[in-house]
This record gives sequence, C-alpha cells and structure tokens, in this order.
Amino acid sequence: MNKHLKNINFRCGLVLTAVVVLAAAVSFFWTPYDANRMDPGHRLEAPSFYHLLGTDQYGRDILSRVMVGAVNSIFVGLATVVIGMVAGVVLGLIAAYIGKWADESIMRLSDLLFGFPAVLTAILISAIWGPSISNVMVAIGIFYIPVFTRLTRAVALGIWGREFIEAARASGASEWAITFRHVLPNLLSPLIIQATIQFAVAVLAEAGLSYLGLGTQPPHASWGRMLYEAQTFMEISPWMCIFPGLAIAWTVLGFNLLGDGIRDNLDPYML
Amino acid sequence: MASIGLVRKTFRLRTVFLTTLYADILFSEHYCDKRYNNLSIMVERFLFQSYDMSKYLIKKIFTLGLLLFLVSWVVFAVLFVLPGDPAQIILGINATPETLANLRSELGLDKPFWTQYVDWISRTLSGAGSQSIHYDVPVFDLILSRLAVTGPLAFIAMIIAVVISLPLGIFAARHQNKTGDISVMTFTQMGLATPEFWLGILLILFFSVKLGLFPAGGFPGWLANFWGSFKSLLLPAFALGVVRAAILTRVTRSSVLDVLQEDYIRTARAKGLRERTVLYVHALKNALIPVLTILGLQMGQLLAGAIIIENVFYLPGLGRLVFQAIGQRDLPVVREIVLFMAAAVVIVHFFVDLAYAVVDPRIRLKR
Repeated sequence: MNKHLKNINFRCGLVLTAVVVLAAAVSFFWTPYDANRMDPGHRLEAPSFYHLLGTDQYGRDILSRVMVGAVNSIFVGLATVVIGMVAGVVLGLIAAYIGKWADESIMRLSDLLFGFPAVLTAILISAIWGPSISNVMVAIGIFYIPVFTRLTRAVALGIWGREFIEAARASGASEWAITFRHVLPNLLSPLIIQATIQFAVAVLAEAGLSYLGLGTQPPHASWGRMLYEAQTFMEISPWMCIFPGLAIAWTVLGFNLLGDGIRDNLDPYML
Repeated sequence: MASIGLVRKTFRLRTVFLTTLYADILFSEHYCDKRYNNLSIMVERFLFQSYDMSKYLIKKIFTLGLLLFLVSWVVFAVLFVLPGDPAQIILGINATPETLANLRSELGLDKPFWTQYVDWISRTLSGAGSQSIHYDVPVFDLILSRLAVTGPLAFIAMIIAVVISLPLGIFAARHQNKTGDISVMTFTQMGLATPEFWLGILLILFFSVKLGLFPAGGFPGWLANFWGSFKSLLLPAFALGVVRAAILTRVTRSSVLDVLQEDYIRTARAKGLRERTVLYVHALKNALIPVLTILGLQMGQLLAGAIIIENVFYLPGLGRLVFQAIGQRDLPVVREIVLFMAAAVVIVHFFVDLAYAVVDPRIRLKR
C-alpha cells in the first residue's frame, strides 16, 4: 500500500473517489433534506446556509439530490462493469484457448459490436423495453463485453505460452485448474485497470442517457437528469447547472486518476 | 560516408525548411542502399508489395461486405421486434380493422421476416429508399437535409480538436515530465472527465445567457442565414471539440515520445540537425500516423454520436432526427439512419485499416 501511495495519480484518485463513495454511503442514512421532498415555498433558491447548493424548481434540496445521485452513478458503474467483465472474460478465455474458428468468430462479433453507435443502441433498447435504469445498465454493459473480451484474449494468449503453464501441465494439472489457478490470477491486474476506467466511462454514459430521459426516471435523482431540468431554468438559477455537472466530472476524474495510478504501479509498461 | 558529411555542410549553410527535407531524402541511407539502384529488384519488390496489398485488399473488402450485411441484418432484426404497429401509427387509434389490414399489406408488413428484409435492402441499395411516416418525404432526402447540420458540426469540432491538441501534444512531449507537460496532462484529464453536454450547458450559460454573443440553441438554416447558422454551430462544435482534443493531445504526446526514441531520430541528431528540424521535419511525419487514425475514428463516431449535444443545442441534426423518430415510432427513418450510422463507422474502420496496411507492411503480411 505504501508503494501505491507514492504515486500522485493514485493518491488524488483515491481522495476523489473516496469522497464520492462516502457521500453515497452517508446518503443511505442521512441527507440534509429528503431528496424527493418538494417545498413550494423555497423554489429555485440560491445557495445559502440552509441549502448549501440551492434548491431546484420544486424546492428540493440540490445537495441531497447530488448525494443520492452518487448512489445511482456508482450502482450503474458497478453493474455495467460486472456485466462486461463476466461475459468478456469468459469469451476472451474461450477465444484464446480454443483459437481458430472460435477465436475468429468471437473477434469478428466484437468488431461488429464496436461498429454500432453506443448511444443509439441504448436509445433503441429503451424504445423496445421502455426507459429505465436497468435497461441503461444492460445497454452500456453490452458495449463493455468486446472491451473485456479483447483484453482477456490478448493477455491470456501471452500467459498460455509461458513456461510455468508448461510446467503445471507436466506436473499433471488439469486444464481447468490451470485456468483458475494460473491464468486468471495473472489476468487480474489488467482487468482491474480496465474496470476502473470503464467505471468512469459508465458514469459519463449514464449521465448522458439520463439527460436524454432514457435512464433514471423522475422523481429519482440522477446527475444527468438534474442537468436536463436545470437547462430550463438556466437564466433564473444558473447554479442548478453547475453542481450536478461538477459531481459527474469529479467522479469521472477520480476513477480515471485511480486507474492511471494503479496502472503506473502494477504495470508501467502497459499502454 | 561522404554523403553524410555533405549533408551536414548543406544543413549548416542553409536552414530553409524545404531544402533540408529534400537533402535528407536525397542522401539518406535508404536511398544509398545498393539494392535500390538495381532496377529489376525494385520492380520485383513493387510487384511483390502490390501482390500482398491486393490480397489484403480482397480479404478486407470481403470482410467489409460481410460486416455490412451483418450490420444491416441486425438493424432490421432489432427494429423488427420494436413494439408499435406502423399501420396503427399512420392511421391513428380510430382506424377500422379492414383499413389497418389494407395498409399493412400495402406496406408489406404482413409478409414474413426474410421477405421484408430482402425487400427493404433491395429498395435501399437501388436508391429508392423508404418513405418517412411522420414527415411524408423520402428518408433519403431527410437524411441529406439533416446531414447538412451534423456534417459541418462534426467537421468544425474536429478542426477545433486538432488546433488545440497538436500544439499541446507536441509541447508536452518536448517538455516531458516538466511543469509544462504536467499542466497539459492535467488539462487532458479534466477534458476526459467533463461530460460534453455539461460543457455545452456551461458554454450556453456563459456565452449566450451572460454575454449574449451566441444563440442558445436552434438553427436558422444555411440558405436563410449562413452566418447565423455558422455561429449557432460554433458552441456545440467547441463542446465536442474540447473533449476530443483531450484524447488527441494524449495520443499526440505519446506518439511523438515514441518516435523520438527511434534510431533514425538519433541519426538525425548525430548529423547535427537542430532539435527543431529533428522534431518538425523528421519526427512529426511518422508521429502523426496514429493521430490521424484516431482522428478518422472520432469523425466517424461524431456523425453518430452527436445525439446528446444536438439535443442540448436544439440542432436539427441526424442525431436529433433519429432520437425523435424513435419517439414517434417512425420506423423507416430509424432503420435507415441507424444503418447509415453503423455503416459509416464500419466503413471508416475499413479505411483506417487500409491506411495502416499501406504504411506498415507487417499488417498486410499477417495471417
């Protein structure tokens, strides 16, 4: 851990993400106000001692909504990375192990998926199944599958060619045991790096889709949706468009820096 | 070698850009290679290379065709299961079952899946295209009129991105790990973390609401008001451009750093060239290859990926059209635009691959 902390990227990333995670965790027990409570007497108020970040068009406290929005973003980030990683690792291992036709078809399929515009597909999915946060997770997660497939395949190909795999095979280990005991642990560090970065991308993507009205549905708080609502009241209360966006940028910056830091520490030669 | 001494003298006497470039090509070790003076070997090489290239090209075109077919099939299949009966949407909720059935057979909706697919693809390929349900014009015209907004938007965005990123990337590479480099990299981290639609909102807030310099949204149309149209594209293009500049700056920086490690750069320095000549004449040409690749890919993505920013600025572009068409269940429009966007990305990838193969023989010889 000490070695990690020397890296400036890692340190900054850790601090930034810790704040977000903490805010999200605290919001389960306590927020300054109920995030969905409307208060018509205090509509569109500027930041003050009572409402640190001001209130929105229904008089809801923006700080509370930003805190609850953090839970939403973290949840989307985790779910999409899990979807992409589980499917991607399995497909990547199959492609690397079997090779030939399996490799070729899996890689061409992932090319095909790369060809589809991601935002558009998410819109299509929400048109078919209706707009909801779980559909957004599926839509983003699907696009993570080829990312993790390619990574897993590339790294696994390298590992399977190494001497210690030969040695394990010679000492009678089964192919399953080799996969779980030798290949997967070596995959861990590139996967963690990739997962951190994809997490940040997911937060951005969810915000964009929620801005379009496809993700989190009102009255639940989502940073992207808050920005959409804020745009209407931009001239009267500009602070409404500042803080949710700042929260997104903060979170994405945090996870990006964290990913960079882990990469610098674990694998300085990786791209 | 005598020629290198000559080159050094030439460089000391003249520092004009083009002269150095010319002398470098003329006297480089590459051209001093005896084998290149042998005409037959040169011809043989050329033929061999073009043989590889054509084999590679045929393989790639085949893959491209297959991919385009798969893309079109997936687009059709996905939209086939989209809920909502087009006939019902055209006729409204008061339509009788008979008129509905008539319209369905007129539109070919009662035919099986594969017949409909073949009908659609042959109509699209022959250039006839389909009719928009909502706008009642050919989808092709609709796409063209919207492309007149999205195309220039993407183009201006990419120009902004290049103008920002190239100098910054080169500057960062020259001052690696110094204050300048670190501040540039900090800027790129900020750019990567900023959602482009938020940047768009902030730009509106500052330049439109506070200063009143630019329109907050909307598009007057090129013919009605050219200057006004251009002005209304500037803010969204800037929002798109800055975010892409962050990526391009990082690519430029690492690419220049990579090239500066090459042997031929050491040779150029050993010849006594000034650092500026080494960087701008020798290193930059090769360093720009990956930058151009990313640029091409971003341009392809922008045609499809400007949906959110077009919604922020109420621009009547391709993205906004498809977004609204999905809401209106205007199936022909959705289908053709999704196909167009996906095909654009696939085709851009194809050309990027080709460009790589032209530059790097190892790629076309692989497998």
